[in-house]
Amino acid sequence: MATFDRSAGSPFVYKLAIYLVLILVAAAFLLPMFVMVVTALKPMDEIRSGSIFSFPVDPSLDHFGKAWLSACSGLSCSGLSEGFWNSIKIVVPATAFSVLAGAVTGYALAMWPFRGAKALMTALMIVAFIPYQVILYPIVRIFSTIGLYNSLPGIILIHVIFGLPVMTMIFKNYYIGLPQELIKAARIDGAGFTRIFVSIILPMSPGILAVTTMMQFTAIWNDYLLGLIFAGRDNLPMTVQLSNIVHVSMGEIEYNVNMAATLLTALPPLLLYFLSGRYFVQGITAGAVKG
Amino acid sequence: MTIRNLQAKLAVLPTVVVIAVCFLGSICWTAYISLTRSGIMPNYTLVGFQQYVRLFSTERWIVSFGNMFIFGGLMVAGTLILGVGLAIMIDSKIRFESVFRTIFLYPLSLSYIVTGLIWQWLLTPSIGIQQFVRSLGWESFTFDWIIQKDYAIYTLVFAAVWHQAGLIMAIILAGLRGVDEEIWRATKLDGISKTRVYAQVVLPMLKPLIMTCVVLLAIAVVKSYDLVVAMTDGGPGNSSDLPGRFVIDYTFDRANLGLASAAAITMLITIVAVITPLFYSKKGQQ
Repeated sequence: MATFDRSAGSPFVYKLAIYLVLILVAAAFLLPMFVMVVTALKPMDEIRSGSIFSFPVDPSLDHFGKAWLSACSGLSCSGLSEGFWNSIKIVVPATAFSVLAGAVTGYALAMWPFRGAKALMTALMIVAFIPYQVILYPIVRIFSTIGLYNSLPGIILIHVIFGLPVMTMIFKNYYIGLPQELIKAARIDGAGFTRIFVSIILPMSPGILAVTTMMQFTAIWNDYLLGLIFAGRDNLPMTVQLSNIVHVSMGEIEYNVNMAATLLTALPPLLLYFLSGRYFVQGITAGAVKG
Repeated sequence: MTIRNLQAKLAVLPTVVVIAVCFLGSICWTAYISLTRSGIMPNYTLVGFQQYVRLFSTERWIVSFGNMFIFGGLMVAGTLILGVGLAIMIDSKIRFESVFRTIFLYPLSLSYIVTGLIWQWLLTPSIGIQQFVRSLGWESFTFDWIIQKDYAIYTLVFAAVWHQAGLIMAIILAGLRGVDEEIWRATKLDGISKTRVYAQVVLPMLKPLIMTCVVLLAIAVVKSYDLVVAMTDGGPGNSSDLPGRFVIDYTFDRANLGLASAAAITMLITIVAVITPLFYSKKGQQ
């Protein structure tokens, strides 16, 4: 222990060591991304002869074009673009609806107390822990009975359903912290449930709406399992198509095209993260610290 | 008043229906099916715990179930150590804090499919890290865990730690920032080293938060599906299979509903068994 005490006395050495470790770990964290980018730019003979960490000698963007337009999965050779648009068609409405559903439910639970509200919150917290595998098949049967299985509305609805527990908890925790007097005053003035929500609550929620929108966009874009099972052949999201393209086992594996495809799939949530990481951090910590 | 409350009740009605039908109802259905002889189609004749007996004599399940504990134990331990370590280092008033934070957290924005594919390439012997080290002149260097039956499961740990460490860092950092400055001032006056303050005062204070992290990671472990599909697809053979993949495979490809349901319920029981004690110890702390 004595040595530790002394090192605390020389903050310079201490700090230097910290920077060194942080820089090494940061480099290790960036390395996989670096490999992905340089490999996507290299022609195949360079990949075969060189090392994975070397910069491309003769870089080319062709592989991105191929990954986007003509890479083959088991089903067709139309590239990832189809999956990209399918993902957009799924993610945009699913994010909007699940955030809205969470906001309305959280608002009702936080500001309009009724018997059973507490039990409902407990139930929401418990179901947030359930692995998909336990409930997937019964939901598939329900969806096929009502004609939603293998359809665009079906995959959107399933994302809204699975997002509901966490979204509701986040909004409820946020709204419970708002001054309740605001609502009381509005109620005395005769404003109802919907009006208070639209004209008082929503204008006070831009931050939390940004956080939850980002969380859901990322989660739904990155989903693989639900898309695989619920979307149906015509609506397969980008992650599923990426997996199909990469795992197709015909001819020589084109690592550069595969890495380009992976990069393209990773790009939307990655861009969102780099552009507004603050909300991303708030989202994950809000979900964790309070839950 | 009652009419207004009625609107609130109407607003939560869809949530109640979803919880009752999609979550609780579906669990009951799966639990019931796990006690029947269901194969391709559901069959409602009860046969007791036969499916569970069959499950735990199925070689592939035993491997998957054991893998969950190997993968889970190492992943939770590794992620916690790295995440807490990074949080403490970042908390010691360094420059470029936001740059470091951004770097440590970016993998979390990637999907497990993308994460799995990147790491698969890095670890494939003929093109990845092994090839790189060999090209530097160390011709006999071998790092081929991903194609070794006994080691493939460990490669998943690398990818999962890389993906999740930033999450733990962010959560713990938020906790560290909430620690009373007074504690630091008092201990500094007493000449107590920072290392000791962290080990004996600050981290014990954050125990509830660390428990939350363990719960989050444990749930991620039990749910794991995409990562193993992208990275090893359970291979070589089924040596790196995990319960999440086992259930999906037996439900949708092999159409063995009874066995898949028994496996799914076992997953659920595992989660409950892991979470309940953690939850109570967290309650006890508060």
